[in-house]
Amino acid sequence: MSSIDFSAVTFPRWEHFAHDADMGIRGFGPTPAKAFEQAALAMTAVISDPGLVRPEKKIEIELEAPKLDLLFIDWINALVFEMADKKMVFGAFSVEIGNGRLKGKAFGEAISRERHAPVVEVKGATFTELAVVEDRPGLWRAQCVIDV
Amino acid sequence: MDISRFEKISNTEWRIAPFGAMRAPGIIYATQSLLVEMDDKVFEQVTNVAMLPGIVRASYAMPDAHWGYGFPIGGVAAFDPKAGGVVSAGGVGFDVSCGVRTHLTGLSRDQIIAVQEELADALYAHVPVGVGSEGDIGLDSREMTDMLTGGAKWALERGWGRPEDLGRIEEQGCVDGADPAAVSDHAKQRQRREMGTLGSGNHYLEVQEIAEIFDEAIAASYGLARGECVVTIHCGSRGLGHQIGTEFLREMVVSSEQYGIVLPDRELACAPINSELGQRYLGAMRAAINCALANREIIGHLTRQVFAHFFRHGELPLMFDVSHNTCKLEKHDIDGEARELFVHRKGATRAFGPGHASLPEALRRSGQPVLIGGSMGAGSYVMAGIARSEQKAFSSACHGAGRRMSRHAATRTWSGRQVVDALRGEGIIVKSPSMRGVAEEAPGAYKDVRVVVDSAEASGLAKKVAYLRPLICIKG
Repeated sequence: MSSIDFSAVTFPRWEHFAHDADMGIRGFGPTPAKAFEQAALAMTAVISDPGLVRPEKKIEIELEAPKLDLLFIDWINALVFEMADKKMVFGAFSVEIGNGRLKGKAFGEAISRERHAPVVEVKGATFTELAVVEDRPGLWRAQCVIDV
Repeated sequence: MDISRFEKISNTEWRIAPFGAMRAPGIIYATQSLLVEMDDKVFEQVTNVAMLPGIVRASYAMPDAHWGYGFPIGGVAAFDPKAGGVVSAGGVGFDVSCGVRTHLTGLSRDQIIAVQEELADALYAHVPVGVGSEGDIGLDSREMTDMLTGGAKWALERGWGRPEDLGRIEEQGCVDGADPAAVSDHAKQRQRREMGTLGSGNHYLEVQEIAEIFDEAIAASYGLARGECVVTIHCGSRGLGHQIGTEFLREMVVSSEQYGIVLPDRELACAPINSELGQRYLGAMRAAINCALANREIIGHLTRQVFAHFFRHGELPLMFDVSHNTCKLEKHDIDGEARELFVHRKGATRAFGPGHASLPEALRRSGQPVLIGGSMGAGSYVMAGIARSEQKAFSSACHGAGRRMSRHAATRTWSGRQVVDALRGEGIIVKSPSMRGVAEEAPGAYKDVRVVVDSAEASGLAKKVAYLRPLICIKG
């Protein structure tokens, strides 16, 4: 895993990190919810340029998990399912988290080979490098490796 | 990788003596140079697997091993249910029963070259490939159940395939013990329109020239002749397998405490084979194996349709179809005693030696074909299972070249256009919906497959039979 220079982190933002065969996604934000939104953008960027995605359709997701990191895995996997099932790609996200529950919205459109030039489909979120942590007061990081 | 952590058994066998909670040693088969190149995570994951309950003999890694999740990719481990052995969703992976099949064409290189461009276009147009692609086959609930229990047999009954294919597929095209009821509605939903689709990432369909033969007798028994061409297809159980992997990995992570299993790493999530969860996973995983076998059978059929358009004989007999992400119940000789074990192969190919009862008559004398996928440029290999492999790693061998560079690093190093043009210069036509995808799969991002197969042969895992050089590559 690459080391992170927290002093250089401005947020919210996302990045990828290297894994031998797959891809690491990482989101930063002032709250876990914002970090989840950014990590979702990082996942979209594995597939296509998030800036190319039009927010034509909204998908709503509700989840519950006993731990924050499981909730993150469930969030990413719910998005993977929606993308696969509806043949969509998402370019914007909104997340609220409270009492172990997540209410999320994903905005996107039908995937287009011509416009999105999708690179790879995501199979699922792994527990590899899974972390949802507050690195310093007010700076949350949510990350995992996704199998592609 | 620091080789001082290993005991050198031979030039291609490296042992990790049990320490801490390890119940068995770790063994990596690789040349010193391949071992040194491996990520430290491979060492960690091989030793972690050796800590799981019921492990038999050792935790193994093949010469193409690299950092996976839980198990290394290229990992092999067998577990005894009578000794509290476990089954692990991470030990099979997300792409359940991902595998390779090779069809013979009987066509010469010149015959392919004469229509190379048109054939590449037709294959690319006819076989659904890439993110978001859908097949023409829709499955209702009843058809889904039949497919999950019938595998390639189901595909054949629907007219996709040839009867003689079944004898050339592991388990004769259909694995027993599949339980469609253990497969979630979400998994089934993901698969509704994905039958007969290739997928993306490192999945491919290639037309390859048999460029070199290493063992004439075995090659002849497989139907391989130098200068002729074959078609090789690499893909798996698509969305259904991915969803099963996702769901059971999570459930096993949450449930392991309840079974009293102390995990050195959460990703090693597993359940006792004889538990309700273990049995349910096996039922779902076997259904996913059947899905993969059906999927590859349908893609084989689509390929035959394209070839029939270009050539008078489009039979394309199937040489063999073998998976490399599975957990299978097999009988193995352990210190003179035949024991039934659950053998996990995660990015590793089964490699039964000559005489094995599961092999069709025509292959029994030569041993099982072991299909090793290489990168777009470096080519692929056909190997044969050998008797020694049984004692080496439960009759297992490598499955591919293995990455040496992350996807991120590959896209920083090459552009897709650059890769496509360079390969065209070498006479290889690449068709893909994504240029970035091509860059991520650039030949230079992979280890040298020749070194990997040489290492597998020197280790006694399998024997080299033929080298296949790509002429057309349809990439997901």
